[in-house]
Amino acid sequence: MITTTHIKELLSTCMQCGTCTASCPNAFAMDMPPRKLWRLVLMDRTEDIFNSNTFALCSTCYFCTLRCPRGLPLTRAMSLLKEQAFKAKTPGYKKGTAFYGSFMESVRRHGRVRETEFMTLYFMAMKNPLLPLEFTGIGLKLMKKNKVAIQLPSRADGSNLDRLFQKVREIEDRA
Amino acid sequence: MKYIYYPGCSLEESAIEYDGATRALMAELGEELIDIEDWNCCGATAAEPMSELLSFVLPARNIALAEKIKNAGDILVPCSACYLNLKKVMVERDKDENLSHNIDEALAVDDLKIKGTRRVRHLLDVLAHDIGAARIAQGVMNPLKGLKIAPYYGCQCLRPYGGFDDPEEPVTMTGLIEACGADVFPWDSSAVCCGASGMNTKREVSGKLVQKILMDARGADAIVTVCPMCQMNLEGFQKSVARGTSEDLSITVLYLPQLLGLAMGLSEEAVMLHKNLAVADTFLEVL
Repeated sequence: MITTTHIKELLSTCMQCGTCTASCPNAFAMDMPPRKLWRLVLMDRTEDIFNSNTFALCSTCYFCTLRCPRGLPLTRAMSLLKEQAFKAKTPGYKKGTAFYGSFMESVRRHGRVRETEFMTLYFMAMKNPLLPLEFTGIGLKLMKKNKVAIQLPSRADGSNLDRLFQKVREIEDRA
Repeated sequence: MKYIYYPGCSLEESAIEYDGATRALMAELGEELIDIEDWNCCGATAAEPMSELLSFVLPARNIALAEKIKNAGDILVPCSACYLNLKKVMVERDKDENLSHNIDEALAVDDLKIKGTRRVRHLLDVLAHDIGAARIAQGVMNPLKGLKIAPYYGCQCLRPYGGFDDPEEPVTMTGLIEACGADVFPWDSSAVCCGASGMNTKREVSGKLVQKILMDARGADAIVTVCPMCQMNLEGFQKSVARGTSEDLSITVLYLPQLLGLAMGLSEEAVMLHKNLAVADTFLEVL
Protein backbone atom coordinates (compact mmCIF):
# COMPACT_ATOMS: atom_id res chain seq x y z
CA MET A 1 0.00 0.00 0.00
CA ILE A 2 1.43 3.33 -1.02
CA THR A 3 1.61 5.93 1.73
CA THR A 4 3.11 9.37 2.20
CA THR A 5 2.08 9.97 5.82
CA HIS A 6 5.62 9.56 7.15
CA ILE A 7 6.89 12.04 4.53
CA LYS A 8 4.15 14.52 5.35
CA GLU A 9 5.36 14.54 8.97
CA LEU A 10 8.86 15.50 7.82
CA LEU A 11 7.54 18.41 5.76
CA SER A 12 4.91 19.83 8.07
CA THR A 13 6.61 23.20 8.46
CA CYS A 14 7.09 23.82 4.72
CA MET A 15 6.11 27.44 4.04
CA GLN A 16 6.09 27.15 0.24
CA CYS A 17 8.90 29.63 -0.29
CA GLY A 18 10.23 27.84 -3.39
CA THR A 19 13.91 27.93 -2.47
CA CYS A 20 13.97 24.20 -3.32
CA THR A 21 12.66 24.82 -6.82
CA ALA A 22 15.06 27.68 -7.41
CA SER A 23 17.97 25.47 -6.29
CA CYS A 24 17.05 22.33 -8.21
CA PRO A 25 19.26 21.60 -11.26
CA ASN A 26 16.58 19.31 -12.73
CA ALA A 27 13.52 21.55 -12.18
CA PHE A 28 13.55 22.51 -15.86
CA ALA A 29 12.55 18.96 -16.81
CA MET A 30 10.03 18.32 -14.02
CA ASP A 31 6.30 18.39 -14.78
CA MET A 32 5.77 20.15 -11.45
CA PRO A 33 8.29 22.09 -9.38
CA PRO A 34 9.51 20.59 -6.05
CA ARG A 35 7.68 23.29 -4.10
CA LYS A 36 4.36 22.16 -5.57
CA LEU A 37 5.21 18.51 -4.92
CA TRP A 38 5.66 19.25 -1.20
CA ARG A 39 2.29 20.99 -1.16
CA LEU A 40 0.68 17.86 -2.64
CA VAL A 41 2.37 15.70 0.00
CA LEU A 42 0.93 17.96 2.72
CA MET A 43 -2.51 17.62 1.10
CA ASP A 44 -2.29 13.80 0.80
CA ARG A 45 -2.72 13.96 -2.98
CA THR A 46 -1.08 10.58 -3.46
CA GLU A 47 -2.28 9.93 -6.99
CA ASP A 48 -1.02 13.28 -8.30
CA ILE A 49 2.32 12.81 -6.55
CA PHE A 50 3.04 9.46 -8.16
CA ASN A 51 1.73 10.50 -11.57
CA SER A 52 4.35 13.24 -11.58
CA ASN A 53 7.93 12.72 -12.80
CA THR A 54 9.29 15.19 -10.24
CA PHE A 55 10.60 12.85 -7.53
CA ALA A 56 12.13 10.50 -10.12
CA LEU A 57 14.20 13.36 -11.51
CA CYS A 58 15.91 14.16 -8.21
CA SER A 59 19.64 13.53 -8.70
CA THR A 60 20.42 13.89 -4.96
CA CYS A 61 22.62 17.00 -5.25
CA TYR A 62 21.36 18.19 -1.81
CA PHE A 63 21.16 21.87 -2.79
CA CYS A 64 17.52 22.07 -1.64
CA THR A 65 18.34 20.38 1.67
CA LEU A 66 21.28 22.70 2.21
CA ARG A 67 19.32 25.87 1.43
CA CYS A 68 15.84 25.15 2.83
CA PRO A 69 15.21 27.97 5.32
CA ARG A 70 13.15 25.57 7.45
CA GLY A 71 15.96 23.01 7.47
CA LEU A 72 13.72 20.30 6.01
CA PRO A 73 15.28 17.04 4.75
CA LEU A 74 13.99 17.52 1.20
CA THR A 75 16.43 15.21 -0.60
CA ARG A 76 15.50 12.51 1.89
CA ALA A 77 11.82 13.17 1.19
CA MET A 78 12.48 12.69 -2.55
CA SER A 79 14.16 9.37 -1.80
CA LEU A 80 11.28 8.30 0.45
CA LEU A 81 8.90 8.99 -2.44
CA LYS A 82 11.13 6.87 -4.71
CA GLU A 83 11.02 4.13 -2.07
CA GLN A 84 7.22 4.18 -2.05
CA ALA A 85 7.09 4.09 -5.85
CA PHE A 86 9.62 1.25 -5.84
CA LYS A 87 7.68 -0.84 -3.34
CA ALA A 88 4.34 -0.21 -5.05
CA LYS A 89 5.87 -0.86 -8.50
CA THR A 90 4.32 2.39 -9.79
CA PRO A 91 4.22 2.13 -13.62
CA GLY A 92 5.63 5.64 -14.16
CA TYR A 93 8.70 4.72 -12.09
CA LYS A 94 9.47 1.48 -13.95
CA LYS A 95 12.91 2.60 -15.12
CA GLY A 96 14.02 3.67 -11.65
CA THR A 97 12.72 0.46 -10.10
CA ALA A 98 14.53 -1.67 -12.68
CA PHE A 99 17.75 0.33 -12.45
CA TYR A 100 18.09 0.54 -8.68
CA GLY A 101 16.63 -2.96 -8.23
CA SER A 102 19.19 -4.49 -10.61
CA PHE A 103 22.03 -2.65 -8.91
CA MET A 104 21.00 -3.91 -5.49
CA GLU A 105 20.37 -7.43 -6.77
CA SER A 106 24.03 -7.61 -7.84
CA VAL A 107 25.04 -6.29 -4.41
CA ARG A 108 22.84 -8.89 -2.67
CA ARG A 109 24.44 -11.70 -4.67
CA HIS A 110 28.09 -10.73 -4.30
CA GLY A 111 28.36 -8.09 -1.57
CA ARG A 112 29.66 -5.62 -4.14
CA VAL A 113 28.11 -4.43 -7.38
CA ARG A 114 29.47 -6.00 -10.56
CA GLU A 115 28.95 -3.32 -13.14
CA THR A 116 28.29 -5.48 -16.21
CA GLU A 117 26.08 -7.90 -14.30
CA PHE A 118 24.07 -4.98 -12.96
CA MET A 119 23.59 -3.50 -16.43
CA THR A 120 22.63 -6.92 -17.89
CA LEU A 121 20.03 -7.38 -15.14
CA TYR A 122 18.76 -3.87 -15.88
CA PHE A 123 18.37 -4.61 -19.60
CA MET A 124 16.58 -7.88 -18.77
CA ALA A 125 14.21 -6.13 -16.35
CA MET A 126 13.36 -3.41 -18.89
CA LYS A 127 12.65 -5.96 -21.66
CA ASN A 128 13.44 -3.31 -24.28
CA PRO A 129 15.76 -4.66 -26.99
CA LEU A 130 16.71 -1.12 -28.03
CA LEU A 131 17.78 0.01 -24.57
CA PRO A 132 21.31 -1.53 -24.67
CA LEU A 133 21.98 0.56 -27.80
CA GLU A 134 21.92 3.69 -25.64
CA PHE A 135 24.94 2.29 -23.84
CA THR A 136 27.04 1.10 -26.78
CA GLY A 137 29.10 4.30 -26.83
CA ILE A 138 30.12 4.29 -23.19
CA GLY A 139 30.26 0.47 -23.06
CA LEU A 140 32.73 0.27 -25.95
CA LYS A 141 34.88 2.99 -24.40
CA LEU A 142 35.04 1.08 -21.11
CA MET A 143 35.74 -2.24 -22.85
CA LYS A 144 38.49 -0.71 -24.95
CA LYS A 145 40.12 0.40 -21.71
CA ASN A 146 39.72 -3.08 -20.28
CA LYS A 147 37.65 -1.68 -17.42
CA VAL A 148 34.61 -3.86 -17.92
CA ALA A 149 34.22 -7.26 -19.50
CA ILE A 150 31.11 -9.01 -20.75
CA GLN A 151 30.01 -11.04 -17.78
CA LEU A 152 26.79 -13.00 -17.47
CA PRO A 153 24.84 -12.67 -14.23
CA SER A 154 25.92 -15.32 -11.76
CA ARG A 155 24.35 -16.81 -8.66
CA ALA A 156 24.95 -15.53 -5.16
CA ASP A 157 28.40 -16.43 -3.85
CA GLY A 158 30.04 -16.66 -0.42
CA SER A 159 30.12 -12.87 -0.08
CA ASN A 160 26.38 -12.51 -0.54
CA LEU A 161 24.40 -10.28 1.79
CA ASP A 162 21.25 -12.41 1.87
CA ARG A 163 20.92 -12.52 5.64
CA LEU A 164 21.48 -8.78 5.98
CA PHE A 165 18.91 -7.97 3.27
CA GLN A 166 16.39 -10.34 4.87
CA LYS A 167 16.93 -8.85 8.31
CA VAL A 168 16.39 -5.32 6.98
CA ARG A 169 13.12 -6.41 5.39
CA GLU A 170 12.04 -8.09 8.61
CA ILE A 171 12.67 -4.89 10.61
CA GLU A 172 10.84 -2.80 8.01
CA ASP A 173 7.82 -5.09 7.93
CA ARG A 174 7.57 -4.94 11.71
CA ALA A 175 7.45 -1.14 11.76
CA MET B 1 48.64 8.39 10.40
CA LYS B 2 47.50 4.99 9.19
CA TYR B 3 44.25 5.30 7.29
CA ILE B 4 41.68 2.57 6.95
CA TYR B 5 40.93 2.47 3.24
CA TYR B 6 37.42 1.99 1.84
CA PRO B 7 37.65 1.99 -1.98
CA GLY B 8 34.03 1.13 -2.90
CA CYS B 9 32.85 -0.85 -5.91
CA SER B 10 33.55 1.65 -8.71
CA LEU B 11 37.21 1.76 -7.76
CA GLU B 12 37.48 -1.96 -8.55
CA GLU B 13 36.09 -1.59 -12.08
CA SER B 14 35.22 1.55 -14.03
CA ALA B 15 37.21 3.85 -11.73
CA ILE B 16 40.20 1.58 -11.23
CA GLU B 17 42.56 4.46 -12.03
CA TYR B 18 41.15 6.42 -9.08
CA ASP B 19 42.14 3.51 -6.83
CA GLY B 20 45.55 3.10 -8.45
CA ALA B 21 46.35 6.80 -8.32
CA THR B 22 45.17 7.17 -4.71
CA ARG B 23 47.30 4.25 -3.54
CA ALA B 24 50.33 5.43 -5.53
CA LEU B 25 50.06 9.01 -4.26
CA MET B 26 49.59 8.00 -0.63
CA ALA B 27 52.57 5.63 -0.88
CA GLU B 28 54.66 8.44 -2.37
CA LEU B 29 53.61 10.64 0.57
CA GLY B 30 54.59 7.90 3.02
CA GLU B 31 51.03 7.36 4.27
CA GLU B 32 49.92 3.83 5.02
CA LEU B 33 46.53 2.52 3.85
CA ILE B 34 45.01 -0.50 5.56
CA ASP B 35 42.39 -2.37 3.54
CA ILE B 36 39.13 -3.49 5.11
CA GLU B 37 38.73 -7.19 4.45
CA ASP B 38 35.32 -8.30 3.25
CA TRP B 39 34.00 -4.78 2.72
CA ASN B 40 30.68 -4.48 0.90
CA CYS B 41 28.92 -1.99 -1.36
CA CYS B 42 27.85 1.20 0.45
CA GLY B 43 24.50 1.18 -1.37
CA ALA B 44 25.57 4.03 -3.67
CA THR B 45 22.51 6.07 -4.64
CA ALA B 46 20.62 2.84 -5.34
CA ALA B 47 19.83 1.54 -1.85
CA GLU B 48 18.02 4.63 -0.58
CA PRO B 49 15.24 4.63 -3.20
CA MET B 50 14.65 0.93 -2.43
CA SER B 51 14.84 0.93 1.34
CA GLU B 52 15.94 3.74 3.61
CA LEU B 53 17.03 1.31 6.32
CA LEU B 54 19.14 -0.70 3.86
CA SER B 55 20.85 2.57 2.84
CA PHE B 56 22.05 2.85 6.44
CA VAL B 57 22.82 -0.79 7.12
CA LEU B 58 25.08 -1.35 4.09
CA PRO B 59 27.57 1.44 4.88
CA ALA B 60 27.22 0.71 8.61
CA ARG B 61 28.57 -2.81 8.05
CA ASN B 62 31.75 -1.31 6.60
CA ILE B 63 32.16 1.09 9.50
CA ALA B 64 31.76 -1.77 11.97
CA LEU B 65 34.41 -3.77 10.09
CA ALA B 66 36.71 -0.74 10.07
CA GLU B 67 36.33 -0.29 13.81
CA LYS B 68 37.68 -3.80 14.38
CA ILE B 69 41.03 -2.85 12.82
CA LYS B 70 43.48 -2.03 15.58
CA ASN B 71 46.11 0.72 15.62
CA ALA B 72 44.60 2.74 12.82
CA GLY B 73 43.02 6.14 12.35
CA ASP B 74 40.30 7.57 10.18
CA ILE B 75 38.39 5.81 7.41
CA LEU B 76 39.59 7.23 4.09
CA VAL B 77 37.04 7.24 1.25
CA PRO B 78 37.87 8.50 -2.27
CA CYS B 79 34.37 8.11 -3.77
CA SER B 80 31.97 10.93 -2.88
CA ALA B 81 28.85 8.72 -2.88
CA CYS B 82 30.50 6.16 -0.59
CA TYR B 83 31.80 8.99 1.60
CA LEU B 84 28.35 10.50 2.04
CA ASN B 85 26.76 7.12 2.77
CA LEU B 86 29.30 6.26 5.45
CA LYS B 87 29.19 9.77 6.91
CA LYS B 88 25.39 9.73 6.90
CA VAL B 89 25.42 6.70 9.20
CA MET B 90 27.68 8.45 11.71
CA VAL B 91 25.63 11.68 11.71
CA GLU B 92 22.10 10.28 11.66
CA ARG B 93 22.50 7.44 14.17
CA ASP B 94 23.47 10.02 16.77
CA LYS B 95 20.25 11.94 16.13
CA ASP B 96 17.83 9.04 15.95
CA GLU B 97 17.76 6.37 18.62
CA ASN B 98 15.31 4.17 16.76
CA LEU B 99 17.52 4.20 13.67
CA SER B 100 20.59 3.41 15.73
CA HIS B 101 18.75 0.48 17.29
CA ASN B 102 17.62 -0.85 13.89
CA ILE B 103 21.15 -0.62 12.49
CA ASP B 104 22.47 -2.55 15.50
CA GLU B 105 19.80 -5.21 15.15
CA ALA B 106 20.55 -5.72 11.44
CA LEU B 107 24.33 -5.82 11.91
CA ALA B 108 23.93 -8.40 14.67
CA VAL B 109 23.30 -11.06 11.97
CA ASP B 110 26.99 -10.65 11.11
CA ASP B 111 28.02 -10.28 14.77
CA LEU B 112 28.95 -6.65 14.13
CA LYS B 113 28.23 -3.44 16.01
CA ILE B 114 29.12 0.22 15.52
CA LYS B 115 30.74 2.00 18.43
CA GLY B 116 31.31 5.31 16.68
CA THR B 117 35.05 5.41 17.27
CA ARG B 118 36.20 6.19 13.73
CA ARG B 119 35.88 9.33 11.67
CA VAL B 120 34.85 9.09 8.01
CA ARG B 121 37.05 11.29 5.79
CA HIS B 122 36.93 12.09 2.08
CA LEU B 123 40.22 11.81 0.19
CA LEU B 124 40.00 15.52 -0.68
CA ASP B 125 39.71 16.44 3.01
CA VAL B 126 42.72 14.27 3.87
CA LEU B 127 44.84 15.66 1.03
CA ALA B 128 43.92 19.28 1.79
CA HIS B 129 44.04 19.18 5.58
CA ASP B 130 46.14 16.23 6.81
CA ILE B 131 48.75 16.27 4.05
CA GLY B 132 48.35 19.90 3.03
CA ALA B 133 49.42 21.87 -0.01
CA ALA B 134 52.88 22.62 1.45
CA ARG B 135 53.84 18.95 1.59
CA ILE B 136 52.58 18.40 -1.94
CA ALA B 137 54.57 21.43 -3.13
CA GLN B 138 57.73 20.06 -1.48
CA GLY B 139 57.38 16.85 -3.45
CA VAL B 140 56.71 18.40 -6.86
CA MET B 141 59.34 17.24 -9.38
CA ASN B 142 57.41 18.08 -12.51
CA PRO B 143 55.67 21.46 -12.10
CA LEU B 144 52.59 21.69 -14.30
CA LYS B 145 53.42 25.26 -15.31
CA GLY B 146 50.90 27.05 -17.47
CA LEU B 147 48.16 24.44 -17.15
CA LYS B 148 44.73 25.80 -16.32
CA ILE B 149 42.90 23.29 -14.14
CA ALA B 150 39.16 23.48 -13.45
CA PRO B 151 38.42 21.99 -10.01
CA TYR B 152 35.17 20.03 -10.02
CA TYR B 153 33.83 19.02 -6.60
CA GLY B 154 30.33 17.89 -7.55
CA CYS B 155 27.79 17.36 -4.78
CA GLN B 156 28.17 14.53 -2.36
CA CYS B 157 31.56 15.32 -0.88
CA LEU B 158 30.16 18.76 0.05
CA ARG B 159 26.47 18.41 0.77
CA PRO B 160 24.36 18.16 2.80
CA TYR B 161 26.70 18.01 5.80
CA GLY B 162 29.56 20.26 4.71
CA GLY B 163 32.30 19.89 7.26
CA PHE B 164 35.60 20.22 5.49
CA ASP B 165 34.77 22.79 2.83
CA ASP B 166 32.16 25.40 1.94
CA PRO B 167 29.17 23.48 0.57
CA GLU B 168 28.39 26.14 -2.06
CA GLU B 169 31.75 27.67 -2.90
CA PRO B 170 34.37 25.03 -2.16
CA VAL B 171 38.04 25.98 -2.15
CA THR B 172 39.99 22.98 -0.82
CA MET B 173 41.36 22.05 -4.25
CA THR B 174 42.78 25.52 -4.90
CA GLY B 175 45.91 25.14 -2.79
CA LEU B 176 46.53 21.60 -4.02
CA ILE B 177 46.32 22.59 -7.68
CA GLU B 178 48.56 25.61 -7.13
CA ALA B 179 51.03 23.40 -5.28
CA CYS B 180 51.42 21.47 -8.54
CA GLY B 181 52.53 24.66 -10.27
CA ALA B 182 49.28 24.84 -12.23
CA ASP B 183 46.72 27.64 -12.30
CA VAL B 184 43.16 27.29 -11.05
CA PHE B 185 40.69 27.95 -13.86
CA PRO B 186 38.01 30.31 -12.51
CA TRP B 187 34.52 29.01 -13.28
CA ASP B 188 31.04 28.76 -11.80
CA SER B 189 30.43 25.04 -12.19
CA SER B 190 32.73 23.64 -9.54
CA ALA B 191 29.95 22.56 -7.14
CA VAL B 192 26.99 21.96 -9.46
CA CYS B 193 25.41 18.56 -10.15
CA CYS B 194 26.66 16.28 -12.97
CA GLY B 195 23.32 14.48 -13.20
CA ALA B 196 24.64 11.43 -11.33
CA SER B 197 23.00 8.15 -12.35
CA GLY B 198 20.51 10.10 -14.45
CA MET B 199 23.04 9.75 -17.29
CA ASN B 200 21.86 6.13 -17.38
CA THR B 201 18.13 6.47 -16.87
CA LYS B 202 17.31 10.06 -17.90
CA ARG B 203 20.05 11.07 -20.27
CA GLU B 204 17.92 13.69 -22.05
CA VAL B 205 17.81 15.58 -18.73
CA SER B 206 21.19 14.82 -17.14
CA GLY B 207 22.96 15.33 -20.47
CA LYS B 208 21.96 18.99 -20.26
CA LEU B 209 23.72 19.30 -16.89
CA VAL B 210 26.88 17.67 -18.26
CA GLN B 211 26.70 19.88 -21.35
CA LYS B 212 26.50 23.03 -19.24
CA ILE B 213 29.51 21.99 -17.14
CA LEU B 214 31.61 21.19 -20.22
CA MET B 215 30.57 24.47 -21.88
CA ASP B 216 31.69 26.29 -18.74
CA ALA B 217 35.03 24.49 -18.78
CA ARG B 218 35.96 25.75 -22.25
CA GLY B 219 39.31 27.49 -21.90
CA ALA B 220 40.61 25.15 -19.21
CA ASP B 221 43.24 22.50 -20.00
CA ALA B 222 41.65 19.88 -17.78
CA ILE B 223 38.90 19.23 -15.27
CA VAL B 224 39.89 17.55 -12.03
CA THR B 225 37.37 15.39 -10.16
CA VAL B 226 37.08 13.60 -6.81
CA CYS B 227 34.22 11.20 -7.58
CA PRO B 228 33.92 8.25 -10.00
CA MET B 229 30.36 9.17 -10.99
CA CYS B 230 31.28 12.77 -11.82
CA GLN B 231 34.38 11.56 -13.66
CA MET B 232 32.41 9.11 -15.82
CA ASN B 233 29.71 11.64 -16.66
CA LEU B 234 32.20 14.35 -17.61
CA GLU B 235 34.63 12.15 -19.57
CA GLY B 236 32.37 9.54 -21.14
CA PHE B 237 29.76 11.54 -23.05
CA GLN B 238 31.65 14.55 -24.42
CA LYS B 239 30.80 13.94 -28.08
CA SER B 240 27.13 13.15 -27.53
CA VAL B 241 26.43 16.15 -25.28
CA ALA B 242 28.22 18.45 -27.72
CA ARG B 243 25.57 17.66 -30.35
CA GLY B 244 23.28 20.61 -30.78
CA THR B 245 25.93 23.05 -29.66
CA SER B 246 28.37 24.28 -32.26
CA GLU B 247 31.19 23.68 -29.82
CA ASP B 248 33.93 21.13 -29.39
CA LEU B 249 33.44 20.06 -25.79
CA SER B 250 36.30 17.58 -25.60
CA ILE B 251 38.53 18.20 -22.61
CA THR B 252 40.89 16.17 -20.44
CA VAL B 253 39.24 14.91 -17.25
CA LEU B 254 41.32 13.32 -14.52
CA TYR B 255 41.17 12.48 -10.85
CA LEU B 256 42.81 14.80 -8.33
CA PRO B 257 45.37 12.19 -7.11
CA GLN B 258 46.36 11.62 -10.74
CA LEU B 259 47.14 15.33 -11.16
CA LEU B 260 49.04 15.52 -7.86
CA GLY B 261 50.88 12.29 -8.59
CA LEU B 262 52.00 13.45 -12.04
CA ALA B 263 53.29 16.72 -10.58
CA MET B 264 55.15 14.76 -7.90
CA GLY B 265 56.97 12.80 -10.55
CA LEU B 266 54.88 9.61 -10.63
CA SER B 267 54.68 8.08 -14.09
CA GLU B 268 51.56 8.08 -16.25
CA GLU B 269 51.48 4.30 -15.70
CA ALA B 270 51.69 4.68 -11.93
CA VAL B 271 48.65 6.96 -11.85
CA MET B 272 47.00 4.79 -14.53
CA LEU B 273 46.36 7.68 -16.91
CA HIS B 274 45.91 5.17 -19.75
CA LYS B 275 42.61 4.13 -18.16
CA ASN B 276 40.99 7.57 -18.46
CA LEU B 277 38.44 8.04 -21.22
CA ALA B 278 39.30 11.65 -22.08
CA VAL B 279 42.93 12.73 -22.11
CA ALA B 280 43.91 15.15 -24.89
CA ASP B 281 47.21 14.71 -26.75
CA THR B 282 48.01 18.33 -25.96
CA PHE B 283 47.70 17.53 -22.25
CA LEU B 284 50.09 14.59 -22.58
CA GLU B 285 52.60 16.79 -24.42
CA VAL B 286 52.69 19.24 -21.50
CA LEU B 287 53.54 16.36 -19.18
